[in-house]
Amino acid sequence: MSLLKIRNLSVTFTTSSGPFRAVDKVDVDVRPGEILAIVGESGSGKSVSMLATMGLLPWTATVTADEMSFDGRDLRAMSGKARRRLIGNDLAMIFQEPMSSLNPCFTVGFQIREALRKHTSLDAKARHARCIELFEMVGIPAPERRLKAFPHQLSGGMNQRVMIAMAIACRPRLLIADEPTTALDVTIQAQILDLLTGLQAETGMGLILITHDMGVVAETAERVAVQYAGQKVEDQPVDALFDTPHHPYTAALLAALPERATERHLPTIPGVVPGQHDRPAGCLFSPRCKFADDTCRTIEPPVQPPELGLALCHYPLHAPQEAKA
Amino acid sequence: MLKFFLSRLGTFIPTFLGVTLISFAFIRVLPGDPIIVMAGERGLSQERYEALRSQYGFDQPLYVQFWEYFTGVLQGDLGTSFVTNRPVWDEFFSLFPATLELSICAIIIAIALGLPAGVIAAVYRGKFFDRALMSTALIGYSMPIFWWALLLIIVFSGNLGWTPVSGRMGLLYFFDDVTGFMLIDSLLSGQEGAFGSAVHHLILPSIVLATIPLAVIARQTRSAMLEVLSEDYIRTARAKGLSPGRVNGLHALRNAMIPVITVIGLSVGTLLAGAILTETIFSWPGIGKWMVDSIFRRDYPVVQGGLLMIAVMVMFVNLIVDLLYGLINPKIRKR
Ligand SMILES: Nc1ncnc2c1ncn2[C@@H]1O[C@H](COP(=O)(O)OP(=O)(O)O)[C@@H](O)[C@H]1O
Ligand SMILES: [Mg+2]
Repeated sequence: MSLLKIRNLSVTFTTSSGPFRAVDKVDVDVRPGEILAIVGESGSGKSVSMLATMGLLPWTATVTADEMSFDGRDLRAMSGKARRRLIGNDLAMIFQEPMSSLNPCFTVGFQIREALRKHTSLDAKARHARCIELFEMVGIPAPERRLKAFPHQLSGGMNQRVMIAMAIACRPRLLIADEPTTALDVTIQAQILDLLTGLQAETGMGLILITHDMGVVAETAERVAVQYAGQKVEDQPVDALFDTPHHPYTAALLAALPERATERHLPTIPGVVPGQHDRPAGCLFSPRCKFADDTCRTIEPPVQPPELGLALCHYPLHAPQEAKA
Repeated sequence: MLKFFLSRLGTFIPTFLGVTLISFAFIRVLPGDPIIVMAGERGLSQERYEALRSQYGFDQPLYVQFWEYFTGVLQGDLGTSFVTNRPVWDEFFSLFPATLELSICAIIIAIALGLPAGVIAAVYRGKFFDRALMSTALIGYSMPIFWWALLLIIVFSGNLGWTPVSGRMGLLYFFDDVTGFMLIDSLLSGQEGAFGSAVHHLILPSIVLATIPLAVIARQTRSAMLEVLSEDYIRTARAKGLSPGRVNGLHALRNAMIPVITVIGLSVGTLLAGAILTETIFSWPGIGKWMVDSIFRRDYPVVQGGLLMIAVMVMFVNLIVDLLYGLINPKIRKR
């Protein structure tokens, strides 16, 4: 059974220039203990779909879904209070900017103990002991002293470790990591990723790793969902995806990987992700797709069967001959 | 922290010099001769006039007068009132508690109402409460104080008869000054009803004096909160499953307090200025009324000494505000 199961999730923002659909009919499935990577260029609705799952979107957002359940419990029918008992506890999330994601007015220790006080029945002494244990788990040296530090006294990498410690404090069943390494130095990035996958293996929690880096995906994920302009365009196990991408967008992302480049210059995908005002008719990727024809430009693509990676495409790549006809 | 304190003290000294000069110059720029005013309608012979002029030192050049005043100030001597012949210092401290009591009540009202109002308005931005509050604040901010005071007096003292029109205490009660604060002294006196009378006298002037700071604090709290509420760490706090009360009231408000503390500090200056008008309207025997009376009497030492003392008070409050910044947000202390 899925730990997280989402069907047909759409998020629409009310903006001063009219409604804007940031997430469009997305399905998400995560099994217990699975590592799912969500990839896509920036602006493709990765953060918004996960914030919708957490219930953290601002009031300007309208969230609709046919199904949205965590561990069999319907997130849509849940009261605000019940939802707050769940998030930070069984369902946790960390964010892209560690430096601004911690409150500058409180020590990091306070901010972790706060989560423990909310969701556990530990007393003050036990909470402190748990904090020390967490800091050791995430590899923060001299935990006693660091707990008393304010976020501005720590580096970005350290703050991200604090964020991770805070997120796993109450032993979540699913951790959503939204580009946890994007804001960090390259050398630190690998450490944080190792830490996350290590913790995942150790605790058996599910992990959703949002990233725009295919290299990261190859190293960490078990399954990959590719998102483009608010839509999920492909969903495959990681090896299959790297071997036989079915959506031209996935293929283009893979071609842009340095180790796959055949020419001296990296191939790039021309154009940008469509925003609020330049959404094309038909397939949203068609203006940037080298295979697109008039069908693509006028008719919305169907979802292909699982053998074809659930690709949202009229002409999926690497398809057996007869399927193409 | 000590370094921080000393650097602030360093800016204190030039400000203090400037204020001494301005307070000295202010009353002398006004037309009118203090000796003529003192003599009143009886008039004065030329010889007597000259004698008084040299007695008070007005025949000396201005810079000599200033030097005398300034050296006096440095020794803690603000001069002697022309009218009462009491040292300005003593007069100030016998009247200051009345002003302080009024100002403290006003700022407590302003903070106690303005802060939560601003927070709620920010949390429910664009909703009815927010709109209603912000237009009320605008009215409060732009309303002429004397008009507002008279309106309250007419309604609550005149029509309803709930509150007295002037003074600090009913005539029925009499007791010694202990602290100079009516609320405390009336309790200490043990006289039944005295405390109630003190409260009754205090209500209207406090409300009048609180009006502008209240509006300013509410507006500033709202805008600071709006800014903070979109910060990443607020999202983190919510992601922990904390209640909205804790997210808004602790995580957001703590960060929003920096600009709010600033306007509270600035309000103290406004408060003392507002006290001049409010005390005059309500015949409140504090330094505001004392200053106004002294200006009309051309009581030079009182006006210059009083202004200087008020300025020092304001500078002192600002110093405290600066120190508070560092306590609220440790990041600021680092600079
Ligand atoms: N609060 C918001 N109001 C309006 N538009 C938003 C808001 N948050 C995100 N968006 C828009 O939604 C789209 C998807 O954003 P996001 O999920 O952050 O992309 P990413 O895949 O890079 O995480 C973007 O075009 C962004 O501008
Ligand atoms: Mg994002």
